[in-house]
Amino acid sequence: MFSGLLTKVAKVLRGVGHKLVDQLWRFGGAVRFSGYVLLYSGESFRRLHLTIREIYFTGVMSLIIILVSAFFVGMVLALQGYNTLQKYGSSEAIGVLVALSLVRELGPVVTALLFAGRAGTAITAEIGLMKATEQLSAMEMMAVSPIARVVAPRFWAGVISMPLLAALFSMVGVLGGYLVAVPLIGVDNGAFWSQMQANVDFREDIVNGVIKSVVFGVACTMIALFEGFDAPPTAEGVSRATTRTVVNSSLAVLALDFIMTSFMINP
Amino acid sequence: MERTTIDLWVGIFAAAGMAAILGLAMKVGNLTSSSVGETYTVTAAFENIGGLKARAPVKSAGVVVGRVDGIRFDSKTFEAVVTLKLDKRYPFPTDTEANIYTAGLLGEQYVGLEIAGLEDSNLKEGDKIKRTQDAVVLEKMISQFLYSKAAETPTDESK
Repeated sequence: MFSGLLTKVAKVLRGVGHKLVDQLWRFGGAVRFSGYVLLYSGESFRRLHLTIREIYFTGVMSLIIILVSAFFVGMVLALQGYNTLQKYGSSEAIGVLVALSLVRELGPVVTALLFAGRAGTAITAEIGLMKATEQLSAMEMMAVSPIARVVAPRFWAGVISMPLLAALFSMVGVLGGYLVAVPLIGVDNGAFWSQMQANVDFREDIVNGVIKSVVFGVACTMIALFEGFDAPPTAEGVSRATTRTVVNSSLAVLALDFIMTSFMINP
Repeated sequence: MERTTIDLWVGIFAAAGMAAILGLAMKVGNLTSSSVGETYTVTAAFENIGGLKARAPVKSAGVVVGRVDGIRFDSKTFEAVVTLKLDKRYPFPTDTEANIYTAGLLGEQYVGLEIAGLEDSNLKEGDKIKRTQDAVVLEKMISQFLYSKAAETPTDESK
């Protein structure tokens, strides 16, 4: 009876250990994969047209969803902010509220979440399907490194697109906030912009927002590429990998955002 | 899709992104207003600066003429020493008075410069503004008001 209990405990422990070792292997694989991508990134700049093509698919094609959501986020921020600020008699501060929340947080974070959903999933599905249909093995047979030819251009395209998309998001969001606050609600135009300019710092707010969006771009694209490259070559495997891309990217973005914000805000 | 079309769209995208960053810096941020060219630094000592913070505006007649560069505590005189960076275009006489005001009832605090205009010489780099007026602390004002009320009451009754 005692030995039976012991074997049961051992079985549970073995299960836990197996999972842990599996995860560690996967993590190690991801780190090695990132290293290879960086190693082969020279190729993606030597054949710039590959990277430009990928910027078109990840960046330009994401523009519509990014711009439309930015516009609505800006308008909602202005409406909600005005409602509260007006109670304290400082409705002129609405410009500061909209600009700071967009430039510091919502711009980079919401863009990264949308980017993971719009571009990240496409990358994972594409690479996973390439693997399932053995296109990647065929490339290796022809002595073409699939990392240099397929993965690295997509990585750099994502890293370049993300900050540009986040900046556009913030700018369009501010415009949306302006449209609600000034013509619709009737906040003074001069106060809206001057308060904003007096309180948004170039180095502290705008540059930090750009840094955030670059980091999110690296994280989202790398996760999407690795999940696609690591997906089991079956229909189910690709579908699971796509789901994991969205979940992992979103969690990574939110966690990285907290870590970076805690370093950037010094009280 | 045609390669030239893709190139064109990516070009438009990159240009728009750059323009957005530039627009954020110029229109939303303070890149235009903080780089006011040449400045000179003067200091002013206050007994109480209230909620004044570094980078708060320095105004004279309501116009922003500089920024608060730094605030430190002088442990010899037990006063707050505020360093002000003023625009070179605006000279101020040596008998200028520095006050700490609040924008609105509970708004941010700023330094206001008021000119008496009795002296001809102007403030130079590193000078100290001698006449200052502290920030109004709401609690202090209320307690003074209450004390004066309390002092008044007995005389009212004796009448």
